[in-house]
Amino acid sequence: MRVEQIAVFLENKSGRLAEITARLAEENINIRALSVADTADFGILRLIVDNVEKAKKTLKSNGFTVGITNVIAVEVADKTGGLAGVLKTIEAEKLNVEYMYAFVNKTGENAVLIFRFDDMDKAIESLQRTGYTILSGEQICAL
Amino acid sequence: MTLYWEEEMETLPRVGLESIQLKRLQHLVARVYKTVAPYREKMDAAGVKPEDIQSLADLAKLPFTVKEDLRDNYPFGLFTVPMDQVVRVHASSGTTGKPTVVGYTKKDLETWSGLMARALTLAGVTAKDMVHNAYGYGLFTGGLGAHYGIERLGATVIPVSGGNTKRQITIMKDFKSSVLLATPSYALNLAETMETLDVDPRSLSLRVGVFGAEPWSENMRDEVERKLNIKAVDIYGLSEVMGPGVSMQCLEGEKGMHVFEDHFLPEIIDPDTGEVLPPGEKGELVFTTLTKEAFPIIRYRTKDISRLMYDTCACGRTLVRMEKVTGRTDDMLIIRGVNVFPSQIEHVLMGTEGVEPHYQIVVNREGNMDTMAVEVEVSEDIFSDEIKALENLTKRIQMDIKDMLGVTCRVKLVEPRTIQRSEGKAQRVIDNRKL
Repeated sequence: MRVEQIAVFLENKSGRLAEITARLAEENINIRALSVADTADFGILRLIVDNVEKAKKTLKSNGFTVGITNVIAVEVADKTGGLAGVLKTIEAEKLNVEYMYAFVNKTGENAVLIFRFDDMDKAIESLQRTGYTILSGEQICAL
Repeated sequence: MTLYWEEEMETLPRVGLESIQLKRLQHLVARVYKTVAPYREKMDAAGVKPEDIQSLADLAKLPFTVKEDLRDNYPFGLFTVPMDQVVRVHASSGTTGKPTVVGYTKKDLETWSGLMARALTLAGVTAKDMVHNAYGYGLFTGGLGAHYGIERLGATVIPVSGGNTKRQITIMKDFKSSVLLATPSYALNLAETMETLDVDPRSLSLRVGVFGAEPWSENMRDEVERKLNIKAVDIYGLSEVMGPGVSMQCLEGEKGMHVFEDHFLPEIIDPDTGEVLPPGEKGELVFTTLTKEAFPIIRYRTKDISRLMYDTCACGRTLVRMEKVTGRTDDMLIIRGVNVFPSQIEHVLMGTEGVEPHYQIVVNREGNMDTMAVEVEVSEDIFSDEIKALENLTKRIQMDIKDMLGVTCRVKLVEPRTIQRSEGKAQRVIDNRKL
Protein backbone atom coordinates (compact mmCIF):
# COMPACT_ATOMS: atom_id res chain seq x y z
CA MET A 1 0.00 0.00 0.00
CA ARG A 2 2.97 2.28 0.40
CA VAL A 3 4.66 4.13 -2.40
CA GLU A 4 8.41 4.71 -2.51
CA GLN A 5 9.35 8.33 -2.76
CA ILE A 6 12.77 9.73 -3.52
CA ALA A 7 13.93 12.75 -1.54
CA VAL A 8 16.92 14.78 -2.65
CA PHE A 9 18.86 17.38 -0.68
CA LEU A 10 19.19 20.66 -2.56
CA GLU A 11 21.19 23.71 -1.74
CA ASN A 12 19.36 26.90 -2.60
CA LYS A 13 21.33 27.88 -5.66
CA SER A 14 20.37 28.22 -9.25
CA GLY A 15 20.47 25.27 -11.59
CA ARG A 16 20.23 22.44 -9.08
CA LEU A 17 16.68 21.44 -9.99
CA ALA A 18 17.52 21.70 -13.68
CA GLU A 19 20.52 19.44 -13.11
CA ILE A 20 18.42 16.76 -11.43
CA THR A 21 15.67 16.73 -14.03
CA ALA A 22 18.21 16.64 -16.86
CA ARG A 23 20.02 13.63 -15.34
CA LEU A 24 16.72 11.78 -14.85
CA ALA A 25 15.63 12.57 -18.40
CA GLU A 26 18.89 11.20 -19.79
CA GLU A 27 18.12 7.91 -18.06
CA ASN A 28 14.51 7.87 -19.35
CA ILE A 29 13.08 8.16 -15.88
CA ASN A 30 9.59 9.59 -15.77
CA ILE A 31 8.56 11.84 -12.92
CA ARG A 32 4.96 11.18 -11.87
CA ALA A 33 4.74 13.75 -9.10
CA LEU A 34 7.00 16.15 -7.27
CA SER A 35 7.15 18.79 -4.63
CA VAL A 36 9.85 21.11 -3.32
CA ALA A 37 10.01 22.19 0.30
CA ASP A 38 12.43 24.92 1.10
CA THR A 39 14.05 26.94 3.85
CA ALA A 40 16.42 29.88 3.57
CA ASP A 41 19.46 27.63 3.16
CA PHE A 42 18.31 24.42 1.57
CA GLY A 43 15.43 22.56 0.02
CA ILE A 44 14.17 19.04 -0.21
CA LEU A 45 12.92 17.76 -3.51
CA ARG A 46 10.45 14.89 -3.25
CA LEU A 47 9.75 12.77 -6.28
CA ILE A 48 7.56 9.88 -7.29
CA VAL A 49 9.16 8.24 -10.33
CA ASP A 50 8.58 5.17 -12.46
CA ASN A 51 11.91 3.58 -11.57
CA VAL A 52 13.01 4.30 -8.02
CA GLU A 53 16.20 2.22 -7.99
CA LYS A 54 17.51 3.62 -11.25
CA ALA A 55 16.66 7.18 -10.22
CA LYS A 56 18.45 6.74 -6.91
CA LYS A 57 21.53 5.33 -8.58
CA THR A 58 21.61 8.08 -11.20
CA LEU A 59 21.30 10.88 -8.67
CA LYS A 60 23.79 9.35 -6.27
CA SER A 61 26.38 8.88 -8.95
CA ASN A 62 25.92 12.56 -9.81
CA GLY A 63 26.82 13.48 -6.26
CA PHE A 64 23.40 14.15 -4.77
CA THR A 65 22.31 13.03 -1.32
CA VAL A 66 19.31 10.80 -1.86
CA GLY A 67 16.92 9.14 0.58
CA ILE A 68 14.01 6.78 -0.04
CA THR A 69 10.95 7.06 2.15
CA ASN A 70 7.49 5.55 2.10
CA VAL A 71 4.47 7.71 1.50
CA ILE A 72 0.85 6.86 0.80
CA ALA A 73 -1.13 7.87 -2.24
CA VAL A 74 -4.85 8.41 -1.73
CA GLU A 75 -7.13 8.65 -4.73
CA VAL A 76 -10.10 10.99 -4.52
CA ALA A 77 -12.62 12.24 -7.05
CA ASP A 78 -11.46 15.53 -8.56
CA LYS A 79 -14.33 17.62 -7.27
CA THR A 80 -15.02 20.20 -4.58
CA GLY A 81 -14.33 18.91 -1.10
CA GLY A 82 -12.16 15.97 -2.15
CA LEU A 83 -9.18 16.89 -0.02
CA ALA A 84 -11.37 18.28 2.78
CA GLY A 85 -12.98 14.85 3.18
CA VAL A 86 -9.66 13.10 3.55
CA LEU A 87 -8.37 15.65 6.03
CA LYS A 88 -11.54 15.29 8.07
CA THR A 89 -10.90 11.58 8.51
CA ILE A 90 -7.31 12.32 9.43
CA GLU A 91 -8.26 14.93 11.97
CA ALA A 92 -10.80 12.60 13.56
CA GLU A 93 -8.04 10.04 14.08
CA LYS A 94 -5.69 12.71 15.51
CA LEU A 95 -3.09 11.90 12.88
CA ASN A 96 -0.43 14.42 12.10
CA VAL A 97 0.45 15.20 8.47
CA GLU A 98 4.20 15.66 8.10
CA TYR A 99 3.73 16.93 4.56
CA MET A 100 1.59 16.39 1.51
CA TYR A 101 1.30 17.26 -2.16
CA ALA A 102 -1.17 16.41 -4.87
CA PHE A 103 -1.64 15.95 -8.58
CA VAL A 104 -4.54 15.36 -10.94
CA ASN A 105 -4.33 12.33 -13.19
CA LYS A 106 -4.54 12.49 -16.95
CA THR A 107 -8.25 11.77 -17.32
CA GLY A 108 -9.00 14.64 -14.97
CA GLU A 109 -11.50 12.54 -13.06
CA ASN A 110 -9.42 11.79 -10.04
CA ALA A 111 -6.80 13.53 -7.95
CA VAL A 112 -4.01 11.73 -6.13
CA LEU A 113 -2.92 12.99 -2.72
CA ILE A 114 0.54 12.02 -1.52
CA PHE A 115 0.85 11.97 2.27
CA ARG A 116 3.54 11.40 4.83
CA PHE A 117 2.24 10.80 8.36
CA ASP A 118 4.02 10.27 11.63
CA ASP A 119 1.97 7.07 12.02
CA MET A 120 1.67 5.59 8.56
CA ASP A 121 0.01 2.27 9.55
CA LYS A 122 -2.76 3.94 11.43
CA ALA A 123 -3.32 6.38 8.58
CA ILE A 124 -3.65 3.59 6.01
CA GLU A 125 -6.00 1.65 8.23
CA SER A 126 -8.33 4.57 8.99
CA LEU A 127 -8.43 5.88 5.42
CA GLN A 128 -9.28 2.43 4.09
CA ARG A 129 -11.91 1.99 6.77
CA THR A 130 -13.52 5.27 5.66
CA GLY A 131 -13.65 3.96 2.11
CA TYR A 132 -10.73 5.71 0.43
CA THR A 133 -8.69 4.03 -2.26
CA ILE A 134 -4.98 3.83 -1.55
CA LEU A 135 -2.84 3.34 -4.61
CA SER A 136 0.26 1.21 -5.00
CA GLY A 137 3.44 2.39 -6.72
CA GLU A 138 2.55 0.40 -9.86
CA GLN A 139 -0.90 1.94 -9.99
CA ILE A 140 0.54 5.46 -9.86
CA CYS A 141 2.88 4.72 -12.69
CA ALA A 142 0.02 3.24 -14.71
CA LEU A 143 -2.20 6.30 -14.31
CA MET B 1 57.39 -8.59 19.29
CA THR B 2 58.41 -5.01 18.82
CA LEU B 3 60.39 -4.30 15.70
CA TYR B 4 63.12 -1.72 15.95
CA TRP B 5 65.12 0.04 13.28
CA GLU B 6 67.92 1.16 15.59
CA GLU B 7 67.16 -0.68 18.81
CA GLU B 8 70.04 0.74 20.84
CA MET B 9 69.14 4.37 20.19
CA GLU B 10 65.42 3.78 20.52
CA THR B 11 65.69 2.13 23.93
CA LEU B 12 68.55 4.10 25.46
CA PRO B 13 68.09 4.93 29.18
CA ARG B 14 67.38 8.64 29.62
CA VAL B 15 70.73 9.40 31.24
CA GLY B 16 72.60 8.02 28.26
CA LEU B 17 70.28 9.78 25.84
CA GLU B 18 70.74 13.12 27.59
CA SER B 19 74.50 12.90 27.51
CA ILE B 20 74.39 12.30 23.75
CA GLN B 21 71.95 15.19 23.36
CA LEU B 22 74.16 17.59 25.34
CA LYS B 23 77.28 16.70 23.39
CA ARG B 24 75.45 17.19 20.09
CA LEU B 25 73.85 20.43 21.26
CA GLN B 26 77.18 21.97 22.33
CA HIS B 27 78.73 21.01 19.02
CA LEU B 28 75.76 22.47 17.11
CA VAL B 29 75.67 25.79 18.96
CA ALA B 30 79.41 26.31 18.50
CA ARG B 31 79.18 25.56 14.80
CA VAL B 32 76.14 27.74 14.16
CA TYR B 33 77.65 30.64 16.13
CA LYS B 34 80.76 30.45 14.01
CA THR B 35 79.14 30.03 10.59
CA VAL B 36 75.78 31.86 10.54
CA ALA B 37 75.75 35.61 11.13
CA PRO B 38 72.05 35.96 11.96
CA TYR B 39 72.36 33.29 14.69
CA ARG B 40 75.51 34.92 16.06
CA GLU B 41 73.85 38.35 16.16
CA LYS B 42 70.80 37.01 17.97
CA MET B 43 72.93 35.17 20.53
CA ASP B 44 75.12 38.19 21.11
CA ALA B 45 72.04 40.35 21.60
CA ALA B 46 70.75 37.86 24.16
CA GLY B 47 74.17 37.81 25.87
CA VAL B 48 74.77 34.10 25.42
CA LYS B 49 77.94 32.41 24.14
CA PRO B 50 78.38 28.80 22.99
CA GLU B 51 80.42 28.08 26.18
CA ASP B 52 77.34 28.93 28.27
CA ILE B 53 75.68 25.70 27.21
CA GLN B 54 76.80 23.43 30.03
CA SER B 55 73.63 21.38 30.54
CA LEU B 56 70.44 20.66 28.62
CA ALA B 57 68.65 23.18 30.83
CA ASP B 58 70.92 25.89 29.37
CA LEU B 59 69.05 25.45 26.09
CA ALA B 60 66.48 27.89 27.49
CA LYS B 61 69.12 30.64 27.34
CA LEU B 62 69.20 30.51 23.55
CA PRO B 63 66.92 32.79 21.51
CA PHE B 64 63.98 31.29 19.60
CA THR B 65 63.92 30.99 15.84
CA VAL B 66 60.61 31.84 14.15
CA LYS B 67 59.30 31.59 10.61
CA GLU B 68 60.05 35.30 10.12
CA ASP B 69 63.76 34.58 10.58
CA LEU B 70 63.63 32.13 7.70
CA ARG B 71 61.83 34.64 5.51
CA ASP B 72 64.21 37.45 6.41
CA ASN B 73 67.12 35.29 5.32
CA TYR B 74 65.40 33.98 2.19
CA PRO B 75 66.48 31.85 0.46
CA PHE B 76 69.76 30.42 1.80
CA GLY B 77 70.86 32.85 4.51
CA LEU B 78 70.61 30.40 7.41
CA PHE B 79 72.49 27.56 5.71
CA THR B 80 75.67 26.60 7.55
CA VAL B 81 77.54 24.96 4.68
CA PRO B 82 78.57 26.29 1.26
CA MET B 83 76.04 25.58 -1.50
CA ASP B 84 78.32 23.04 -3.17
CA GLN B 85 77.68 20.76 -0.20
CA VAL B 86 73.91 21.21 -0.40
CA VAL B 87 72.47 18.40 -2.50
CA ARG B 88 68.78 19.15 -2.16
CA VAL B 89 66.44 21.98 -1.23
CA HIS B 90 62.80 21.96 -0.23
CA ALA B 91 60.45 24.88 0.33
CA SER B 92 57.08 25.65 1.83
CA SER B 93 54.24 26.74 -0.44
CA GLY B 94 54.61 30.34 0.69
CA THR B 95 50.87 30.88 0.98
CA THR B 96 51.31 33.29 3.88
CA GLY B 97 54.25 35.21 2.48
CA LYS B 98 57.66 34.33 1.07
CA PRO B 99 58.34 30.61 1.04
CA THR B 100 60.73 29.21 3.61
CA VAL B 101 63.60 27.31 2.07
CA VAL B 102 65.52 24.45 3.67
CA GLY B 103 68.56 22.51 2.46
CA TYR B 104 70.21 19.13 3.00
CA THR B 105 73.70 17.74 2.61
CA LYS B 106 74.31 14.19 1.46
CA LYS B 107 74.66 13.16 5.08
CA ASP B 108 71.43 14.99 6.01
CA LEU B 109 69.54 12.97 3.42
CA GLU B 110 71.03 9.78 4.84
CA THR B 111 69.95 10.78 8.34
CA TRP B 112 66.48 11.67 7.11
CA SER B 113 66.02 8.41 5.19
CA GLY B 114 67.14 6.49 8.26
CA LEU B 115 64.71 8.34 10.51
CA MET B 116 61.87 7.84 8.04
CA ALA B 117 62.70 4.11 7.89
CA ARG B 118 62.72 4.09 11.70
CA ALA B 119 59.33 5.84 11.73
CA LEU B 120 57.77 3.36 9.32
CA THR B 121 59.13 0.47 11.41
CA LEU B 122 57.16 1.89 14.36
CA ALA B 123 54.03 1.44 12.23
CA GLY B 124 54.94 -2.19 11.60
CA VAL B 125 56.06 -1.58 8.02
CA THR B 126 58.68 -4.04 6.78
CA ALA B 127 60.64 -4.80 3.63
CA LYS B 128 57.72 -7.00 2.51
CA ASP B 129 55.31 -4.07 2.20
CA MET B 130 53.99 -2.23 -0.85
CA VAL B 131 53.94 1.37 0.30
CA HIS B 132 51.51 3.70 -1.48
CA ASN B 133 53.06 7.13 -1.07
CA ALA B 134 50.32 9.69 -1.77
CA TYR B 135 52.16 12.61 -0.20
CA GLY B 136 52.88 15.27 -2.79
CA TYR B 137 56.25 15.07 -4.51
CA GLY B 138 58.16 18.23 -5.27
CA LEU B 139 59.21 21.11 -3.08
CA PHE B 140 56.96 19.82 -0.28
CA THR B 141 59.02 17.55 2.00
CA GLY B 142 56.30 14.90 2.41
CA GLY B 143 56.61 12.99 -0.84
CA LEU B 144 60.38 12.74 -1.29
CA GLY B 145 61.09 12.54 2.43
CA ALA B 146 58.88 9.49 2.80
CA HIS B 147 60.05 8.06 -0.52
CA TYR B 148 63.69 7.68 0.46
CA GLY B 149 62.75 6.28 3.85
CA ILE B 150 60.63 3.60 2.26
CA GLU B 151 63.50 2.66 -0.03
CA ARG B 152 65.93 2.65 2.88
CA LEU B 153 63.63 0.30 4.74
CA GLY B 154 63.69 -2.01 1.74
CA ALA B 155 59.95 -1.90 1.18
CA THR B 156 58.53 -1.25 -2.28
CA VAL B 157 57.58 2.34 -2.86
CA ILE B 158 54.74 3.32 -5.17
CA PRO B 159 55.53 7.00 -5.81
CA VAL B 160 51.96 7.89 -6.71
CA SER B 161 52.03 11.42 -5.21
CA GLY B 162 48.78 13.37 -4.81
CA GLY B 163 45.85 13.68 -7.21
CA ASN B 164 44.18 11.51 -9.81
CA THR B 165 42.21 9.77 -7.11
CA LYS B 166 40.44 7.18 -9.27
CA ARG B 167 43.75 6.03 -10.69
CA GLN B 168 45.16 5.74 -7.17
CA ILE B 169 42.39 3.31 -6.30
CA THR B 170 43.07 1.22 -9.39
CA ILE B 171 46.73 1.12 -8.42
CA MET B 172 45.86 0.10 -4.87
CA LYS B 173 43.80 -2.76 -6.25
CA ASP B 174 46.27 -3.93 -8.89
CA PHE B 175 49.54 -3.40 -7.01
CA LYS B 176 48.10 -4.60 -3.70
CA SER B 177 49.23 -1.54 -1.73
CA SER B 178 49.51 -2.54 1.92
CA VAL B 179 50.51 0.77 3.50
CA LEU B 180 49.06 4.19 2.68
CA LEU B 181 50.93 7.43 3.30
CA ALA B 182 48.79 10.55 2.87
CA THR B 183 47.26 13.52 4.63
CA PRO B 184 44.24 12.38 6.66
CA SER B 185 41.90 14.53 4.60
CA TYR B 186 43.16 12.95 1.39
CA ALA B 187 42.64 9.51 2.96
CA LEU B 188 38.98 10.41 3.43
CA ASN B 189 38.84 11.71 -0.11
CA LEU B 190 40.10 8.29 -1.24
CA ALA B 191 37.53 6.48 0.93
CA GLU B 192 34.76 8.58 -0.52
CA THR B 193 35.85 7.97 -4.08
CA MET B 194 35.98 4.22 -3.36
CA GLU B 195 32.38 4.45 -2.27
CA THR B 196 31.25 6.09 -5.49
CA LEU B 197 33.22 3.54 -7.50
CA ASP B 198 31.72 0.68 -5.48
CA VAL B 199 35.16 -0.46 -4.34
CA ASP B 200 35.01 -2.22 -1.00
CA PRO B 201 38.09 -1.26 1.06
CA ARG B 202 38.02 -4.78 2.54
CA SER B 203 38.78 -6.15 -0.91
CA LEU B 204 42.05 -4.19 -0.91
CA SER B 205 45.29 -5.19 0.79
CA LEU B 206 45.64 -2.00 2.85
CA ARG B 207 46.63 -2.70 6.43
CA VAL B 208 47.92 0.51 7.89
CA GLY B 209 47.86 4.21 7.07
CA VAL B 210 50.53 6.71 8.12
CA PHE B 211 48.94 10.14 8.27
CA GLY B 212 50.34 13.58 8.92
CA ALA B 213 50.97 17.11 7.64
CA GLU B 214 47.80 18.60 9.10
CA PRO B 215 46.03 18.67 12.46
CA TRP B 216 43.24 16.12 12.80
CA SER B 217 41.09 14.85 15.65
CA GLU B 218 40.81 11.42 17.27
CA ASN B 219 37.29 11.21 15.91
CA MET B 220 38.63 11.69 12.42
CA ARG B 221 41.09 8.87 13.07
CA ASP B 222 38.16 6.58 13.95
CA GLU B 223 36.41 7.66 10.77
CA VAL B 224 39.46 6.92 8.60
CA GLU B 225 40.00 3.55 10.28
CA ARG B 226 36.38 2.54 9.78
CA LYS B 227 36.03 3.80 6.23
CA LEU B 228 39.29 2.36 4.91
CA ASN B 229 39.35 -0.69 7.20
CA ILE B 230 42.91 0.03 8.33
CA LYS B 231 44.87 1.02 11.38
CA ALA B 232 45.63 4.75 11.21
CA VAL B 233 48.74 6.14 12.90
CA ASP B 234 50.21 9.61 13.20
CA ILE B 235 53.47 10.80 11.78
CA TYR B 236 54.83 14.24 12.47
CA GLY B 237 57.37 16.48 10.91
CA LEU B 238 57.89 19.90 9.41
CA SER B 239 60.29 21.09 6.77
CA GLU B 240 62.00 23.63 9.03
CA VAL B 241 63.06 20.79 11.34
CA MET B 242 63.56 18.10 8.68
CA GLY B 243 60.30 16.93 7.09
CA PRO B 244 58.26 13.85 7.98
CA GLY B 245 59.90 11.55 10.52
CA VAL B 246 60.53 13.92 13.43
CA SER B 247 58.19 11.81 15.53
CA MET B 248 55.98 8.82 14.99
CA GLN B 249 53.23 6.86 16.73
CA CYS B 250 54.00 3.23 17.53
CA LEU B 251 51.52 0.37 17.21
CA GLU B 252 51.96 -1.09 20.68
CA GLY B 253 51.74 1.86 23.03
CA GLU B 254 49.13 4.39 23.93
CA LYS B 255 48.53 7.10 21.39
CA GLY B 256 51.12 9.84 20.96
CA MET B 257 54.25 9.98 18.84
CA HIS B 258 57.78 9.05 19.85
CA VAL B 259 60.06 12.01 19.22
CA PHE B 260 63.37 10.91 17.73
CA GLU B 261 65.20 12.68 20.51
CA ASP B 262 68.67 11.59 19.50
CA HIS B 263 68.20 13.99 16.55
CA PHE B 264 65.58 16.50 17.69
CA LEU B 265 65.36 18.13 21.09
CA PRO B 266 61.76 19.01 21.97
CA GLU B 267 60.51 21.65 24.39
CA ILE B 268 57.03 22.86 25.30
CA ILE B 269 56.68 26.57 25.93
CA ASP B 270 53.96 28.97 26.89
CA PRO B 271 53.17 30.59 23.50
CA ASP B 272 52.53 33.96 25.13
CA THR B 273 55.52 34.27 27.47
CA GLY B 274 58.01 31.96 25.78
CA GLU B 275 58.68 30.30 29.13
CA VAL B 276 59.54 26.58 29.16
CA LEU B 277 56.69 24.57 30.71
CA PRO B 278 57.14 21.57 33.03
CA PRO B 279 56.82 18.04 31.61
CA GLY B 280 53.25 17.03 30.80
CA GLU B 281 51.90 20.52 30.26
CA LYS B 282 50.25 21.64 27.06
CA GLY B 283 51.80 24.41 25.03
CA GLU B 284 53.69 25.26 21.87
CA LEU B 285 56.20 22.74 20.58
CA VAL B 286 59.73 23.97 20.01
CA PHE B 287 62.47 21.95 18.30
CA THR B 288 66.23 22.13 18.11
CA THR B 289 67.91 19.89 15.56
CA LEU B 290 70.95 18.04 16.89
CA THR B 291 72.51 16.41 13.84
CA LYS B 292 71.56 18.39 10.76
CA GLU B 293 74.41 19.85 8.72
CA ALA B 294 73.10 22.17 6.01
CA PHE B 295 70.18 23.68 7.82
CA PRO B 296 70.23 23.14 11.56
CA ILE B 297 67.73 25.12 13.55
CA ILE B 298 67.77 26.28 17.15
CA ARG B 299 64.62 26.48 19.25
CA TYR B 300 62.25 26.67 16.30
CA ARG B 301 58.73 27.66 17.32
CA THR B 302 56.45 25.28 15.44
CA LYS B 303 53.16 26.96 16.42
CA ASP B 304 51.84 23.41 16.96
CA ILE B 305 50.10 22.77 20.26
CA SER B 306 51.10 19.56 22.01
CA ARG B 307 52.30 18.00 25.25
CA LEU B 308 55.27 15.76 26.07
CA MET B 309 54.69 12.47 27.85
CA TYR B 310 57.68 10.96 29.62
CA ASP B 311 56.03 7.80 31.00
CA THR B 312 57.34 4.53 29.60
CA CYS B 313 55.67 3.14 26.52
CA ALA B 314 54.46 -0.45 26.08
CA CYS B 315 56.63 -0.75 22.97
CA GLY B 316 59.80 -0.48 25.07
CA ARG B 317 61.06 2.72 23.50
CA THR B 318 62.40 5.28 25.92
CA LEU B 319 61.93 8.16 23.49
CA VAL B 320 59.49 10.76 24.83
CA ARG B 321 56.05 10.84 23.22
CA MET B 322 54.32 13.98 22.03
CA GLU B 323 50.57 14.21 21.97
CA LYS B 324 48.73 14.35 18.66
CA VAL B 325 48.77 17.89 17.38
CA THR B 326 45.18 19.05 17.16
CA GLY B 327 45.63 22.77 17.13
CA ARG B 328 48.00 25.49 16.10
CA THR B 329 48.67 28.77 17.72
CA ASP B 330 48.21 30.44 14.36
CA ASP B 331 45.09 28.76 12.99
CA MET B 332 43.38 29.85 16.14
CA LEU B 333 40.50 32.10 15.29
CA ILE B 334 39.39 34.81 17.60
CA ILE B 335 35.65 35.18 17.21
CA ARG B 336 34.16 38.00 19.24
CA GLY B 337 37.02 37.64 21.70
CA VAL B 338 36.80 33.88 22.05
CA ASN B 339 39.64 31.60 20.96
CA VAL B 340 38.39 29.00 18.54
CA PHE B 341 40.43 26.14 17.12
CA PRO B 342 39.01 24.43 14.04
CA SER B 343 39.84 21.11 15.73
CA GLN B 344 37.32 21.91 18.45
CA ILE B 345 34.59 22.40 15.86
CA GLU B 346 35.68 19.20 14.16
CA HIS B 347 35.37 17.42 17.48
CA VAL B 348 31.76 18.54 17.86
CA LEU B 349 30.87 17.56 14.31
CA MET B 350 32.42 14.11 14.58
CA GLY B 351 30.54 13.57 17.81
CA THR B 352 27.26 14.17 15.99
CA GLU B 353 25.79 10.98 14.65
CA GLY B 354 26.30 10.57 10.93
CA VAL B 355 27.93 13.90 10.30
CA GLU B 356 30.59 13.76 7.60
CA PRO B 357 34.03 15.08 8.37
CA HIS B 358 33.84 17.51 5.48
CA TYR B 359 33.25 20.91 6.87
CA GLN B 360 34.43 24.44 6.49
CA ILE B 361 34.42 27.39 8.81
CA VAL B 362 33.61 30.71 7.21
CA VAL B 363 34.28 33.85 9.21
CA ASN B 364 32.97 37.26 8.23
CA ARG B 365 32.74 40.66 9.79
CA GLU B 366 29.34 42.27 9.47
CA GLY B 367 29.46 45.80 10.81
CA ASN B 368 31.61 45.44 13.89
CA MET B 369 30.42 41.95 14.57
CA ASP B 370 32.30 38.74 13.72
CA THR B 371 30.12 35.99 12.38
CA MET B 372 31.07 32.37 12.07
CA ALA B 373 29.30 29.90 9.82
CA VAL B 374 30.03 26.20 9.86
CA GLU B 375 29.20 24.54 6.57
CA VAL B 376 28.59 20.83 6.84
CA GLU B 377 28.07 18.44 3.98
CA VAL B 378 24.87 16.40 4.13
CA SER B 379 25.45 12.67 3.99
CA GLU B 380 22.80 10.01 3.52
CA ASP B 381 23.09 9.17 7.21
CA ILE B 382 21.80 12.52 8.34
CA PHE B 383 19.53 13.36 5.43
CA SER B 384 15.82 13.26 6.00
CA ASP B 385 12.86 13.98 3.75
CA GLU B 386 11.47 16.16 6.53
CA ILE B 387 12.60 19.77 6.93
CA LYS B 388 11.96 19.49 10.66
CA ALA B 389 14.58 16.76 11.12
CA LEU B 390 17.28 18.68 9.24
CA GLU B 391 16.52 21.86 11.13
CA ASN B 392 16.77 19.98 14.41
CA LEU B 393 20.15 18.66 13.35
CA THR B 394 21.53 22.12 12.58
CA LYS B 395 20.14 23.40 15.87
CA ARG B 396 21.80 20.58 17.78
CA ILE B 397 25.20 21.21 16.18
CA GLN B 398 24.80 24.91 16.85
CA MET B 399 24.03 24.22 20.52
CA ASP B 400 26.93 21.79 20.91
CA ILE B 401 29.34 24.35 19.46
CA LYS B 402 27.90 27.00 21.71
CA ASP B 403 28.32 24.66 24.70
CA MET B 404 31.92 23.91 23.83
CA LEU B 405 33.14 27.33 22.74
CA GLY B 406 30.61 29.81 24.03
CA VAL B 407 30.23 31.18 20.52
CA THR B 408 27.04 31.24 18.52
CA CYS B 409 27.50 30.23 14.93
CA ARG B 410 25.31 29.60 11.95
CA VAL B 411 25.27 26.00 10.79
CA LYS B 412 24.59 25.58 7.12
CA LEU B 413 23.98 22.26 5.45
CA VAL B 414 25.46 21.98 1.99
CA GLU B 415 25.37 19.36 -0.75
CA PRO B 416 27.96 16.60 -0.70
CA ARG B 417 31.26 17.34 -2.42
CA THR B 418 30.63 21.06 -2.56
CA ILE B 419 33.36 21.81 -0.05
CA GLN B 420 36.58 21.75 -1.96
CA ARG B 421 38.57 18.52 -1.57
CA SER B 422 42.23 18.81 -0.96
CA GLU B 423 44.87 16.57 -2.32
CA GLY B 424 47.17 17.78 0.40
CA LYS B 425 46.29 19.76 3.46
CA ALA B 426 42.62 20.51 4.00
CA GLN B 427 41.65 24.14 4.16
CA ARG B 428 39.24 24.34 7.06
CA VAL B 429 38.93 28.05 7.55
CA ILE B 430 37.95 30.83 5.23
CA ASP B 431 38.45 34.09 7.07
CA ASN B 432 36.96 36.96 5.11
CA ARG B 433 37.60 39.55 7.81
CA LYS B 434 39.81 42.42 6.82
CA LEU B 435 41.51 43.13 10.11
